[in-house]
Amino acid sequence: MASLSETAAGGKGHPREARAPRARRERHSLTKLFALVVCAIVLMPILTLAGIALTGTGEMWPHLVSNVLPRATLTTLQLLAMVSVLSASIGVTSAWLVVAYEFPFRKTLAWALVLPLAVPPYLAAYAFAEFFLFTGPVQTLYRAMFGFQTARDYWFPDLRSTGGVAFVLAFVLYPYVYLTSRIVFIMQGRNIADVARTLGARPSAVFRRILLPVARPAIVAGVALVLMETLNDMGAAEYLGVRTLTLTVFSTWLNRGSLEGAAQIAMLMLVLVFALLLAEQWARRRQRFHAARATHIVARPPRTRLTGWKGPAATLAVLMPVLLGFGVPFYIFGSYASRRIDQLFDPALLRAFTHSVTTASTAAMLAVFVALLLINAARVARSRTVSLLTRFAMIGYALPGTIMGLGLLFALARFDNALDALMREHFDYSTGLLLTGSATAVVLACSIRFLALAEGAIHSGLEKLPPNIDHAARSLGQSSFGSAWRVLLPLLKPAILTAAVLVFVDTIKELSATILLRPFGFNTLATFVYEQASRGVVQDGAVAALLIILTALVPVVLLSGALMRDREAML
Amino acid sequence: MTTGNASSTFGRLAAAALAAGIAYVPFAASADEVVNIYSYRQPALIKPALDAFTAETGIRTEILFLDKGLEDRILAEGSNSPADVILTVDIARLTNAKEKGVTQALDDETVNANLPAEYRDPEGHWFGITKRARVVYASKDRVGDEPMTYAELADPKWKGKICMRSGQHDYNLALFSAAIAHWGPEKAEEWMTGLKNNLARKPDGGDRPQAKAIMAGECDIALGNTYYVGLMQTNDKEPEEKEWANAIKVKFPTFENGGTHVNVSGAALAKNAPNRDNAVKLIQFLSGHEAQQIQAEQAFEYPVEPGLEPSPVVKAFGELNADTLPLAEIAKNRKEASEMVDRVGIDDGPAS
Repeated sequence: MASLSETAAGGKGHPREARAPRARRERHSLTKLFALVVCAIVLMPILTLAGIALTGTGEMWPHLVSNVLPRATLTTLQLLAMVSVLSASIGVTSAWLVVAYEFPFRKTLAWALVLPLAVPPYLAAYAFAEFFLFTGPVQTLYRAMFGFQTARDYWFPDLRSTGGVAFVLAFVLYPYVYLTSRIVFIMQGRNIADVARTLGARPSAVFRRILLPVARPAIVAGVALVLMETLNDMGAAEYLGVRTLTLTVFSTWLNRGSLEGAAQIAMLMLVLVFALLLAEQWARRRQRFHAARATHIVARPPRTRLTGWKGPAATLAVLMPVLLGFGVPFYIFGSYASRRIDQLFDPALLRAFTHSVTTASTAAMLAVFVALLLINAARVARSRTVSLLTRFAMIGYALPGTIMGLGLLFALARFDNALDALMREHFDYSTGLLLTGSATAVVLACSIRFLALAEGAIHSGLEKLPPNIDHAARSLGQSSFGSAWRVLLPLLKPAILTAAVLVFVDTIKELSATILLRPFGFNTLATFVYEQASRGVVQDGAVAALLIILTALVPVVLLSGALMRDREAML
Repeated sequence: MTTGNASSTFGRLAAAALAAGIAYVPFAASADEVVNIYSYRQPALIKPALDAFTAETGIRTEILFLDKGLEDRILAEGSNSPADVILTVDIARLTNAKEKGVTQALDDETVNANLPAEYRDPEGHWFGITKRARVVYASKDRVGDEPMTYAELADPKWKGKICMRSGQHDYNLALFSAAIAHWGPEKAEEWMTGLKNNLARKPDGGDRPQAKAIMAGECDIALGNTYYVGLMQTNDKEPEEKEWANAIKVKFPTFENGGTHVNVSGAALAKNAPNRDNAVKLIQFLSGHEAQQIQAEQAFEYPVEPGLEPSPVVKAFGELNADTLPLAEIAKNRKEASEMVDRVGIDDGPAS
């Protein structure tokens, strides 16, 4: 599938268009120019940070190299490995179970599996700690059962470890893998699977040798998102006391007063991401899948009914991730919130809610619009530059929100101040901090941060369409814009909806960039929780925390339902 | 059809966003009297004092809570920054604001008369408003009443019995900086290694969970700030915290000079304060008797004002004899302390 997208972007296979008339070429170069401008804006935070990194003297490196980086890098790599293995196993297994088998509550669980997406990792870490640490219900029950008294009497896996953070992150992030792999299993897995089985392969062999390799690009796309979320996570690792590279960025910046050094480490992390993605592509270099890419699944392939103990066992297996990733946080914050119902009527909470929803919807639309524009530019104008820059901009998703926000802040503030000086000089009118003084900066930050999600969703939607569908429209007399508008866009609607929902949900959860960039009197639900929780009283933010989960839940459920009904172009 | 649903969802989203767009105009200072505060301190904690300020002067307060990057934001905003007053905890953060050049000097008679010289910057770039001591929370059941020293925390008799939050946190860094100032870097590092070896578990969470860990029997003593104990003791919303507080007593460890390490929360006048007069009034007010009393009563901090008693809750902890080491000395050692924390690996927990 990756190879097909490269063909689409690179345009090796379309000799006819290479001799396009001049008018079309000019229109293409206009598209390209516009896309390049957008790319520049999207890349602004990273470029600003790179600039800051270059001004550094490097005087903190001896300390970092001898005392911090080896360990932090190792921890980070271990964390990444554990999170990817765990989230991929959960996501793929549950996707395969709900697609291929029939068991009790399958339908409900199929959409419930997406729910953990609504839980921000920093809240999950807190809830897991309350639930699994010494004073939580799990260990209390364990002690009661075996008659232990203190922590020294028995061994229990410690959540405050790299493995613990991986456990927390995997259970809230696996839906990315679940979403991407389920679609592949539904769309194309069955056909080849059926062929293999008629040829005598056992079901387990079919899964391992046929379906997994076919789904690999989709799994990788999901895992890549999980990895980037893991790298930009600050809250969960800090709360559970695990020293990752991300935390090193912050201690270098805040405790040793070196923003330059922090930017240098952040750039190093981006190189790491880039290397990981390249390595994966290289490992996959010999594989080419030309599976049928049906737009219509006329007959739903029959699911194998699991009988006897296997049915309930499957139900349990699929229920576990939902209970952990969604149930535990919901239970913990729900019980705090139930003692603070009066907070629901706090006008500040209502304002925070409104700000969250408006910011998230605006960011979602902006991100989808920009993603469509970039993809279209890469496709129609066949610009390798745009395609490459887009790819590069997506990596920014792996930056911690505060650091990315900082890059944006410096860039936007410079623009604001320059504009203000210009306006004062020529028109005797002060525009002040036009962008950084308003919530515009927050919307921009979230759109740029989560552009990777929108681009990924739309891109994979596009890959599932027959490659020549717009050429067919073109040969029937449509312009390239017309075919994109009348043919591709309607077909991409489910993909666009997915993209919008993902950006919306992540913006609702977004904390660190928002807190740095928001103007006076502008709290979102996430910053509201943080203000409450910053003294160490997370309980006081429980109502708002629960509202975050519920607000993010609405589009997640809608999306899950929409995808469930829509069998024509399932994502 | 799903596509129909999708498009109508989009329509609704678009309408909602358009309506919201009106809210996305830049923040404009209104005509009435206002003072803009960039605060590292939690709004709820300082609200009582700010409300009293508004009641007395009629000046409205706008507060922006920001922890990471407060100074960088003001720096980026430059001459157009709306910030008038910076409120923050920890001496190193106050001096950092000065060093980054986001503050301006203030030489005000009232403020200088209210605050003892050791709690303000000699050049007037920052002012300590409240004090807090970094003390030991000790189990009521398992630890005796004998006096303690900071040096003793490295004594093997505490092996496996000490809990603390991350060594890279402001409050611990300030304590370590003080240790470096008192003992010199070599002895301080030796001490920190001893402390690391005595830890019961890897440092994590905030100060309050350490009290909880003592109650749970995970450790016998922990490092923590004084006011958290008051906040836990009086937490009616989460009565569980009262139990944590009941499981511990406060001990005031000392350096060789008999002083306990104290830190400050403070205020600074922002460099380009657009409402400078109001900002000065606010700093005057915060240094004054009424605000000092409010902070002492409601936030369980020690007042900086000489002769003013702390709240009865705090008094019950015992007598505080604050270290006489100048705060500027402490701030100077922060980078060294942060590197030492990494070198010793205190955040990796007890040695393997």
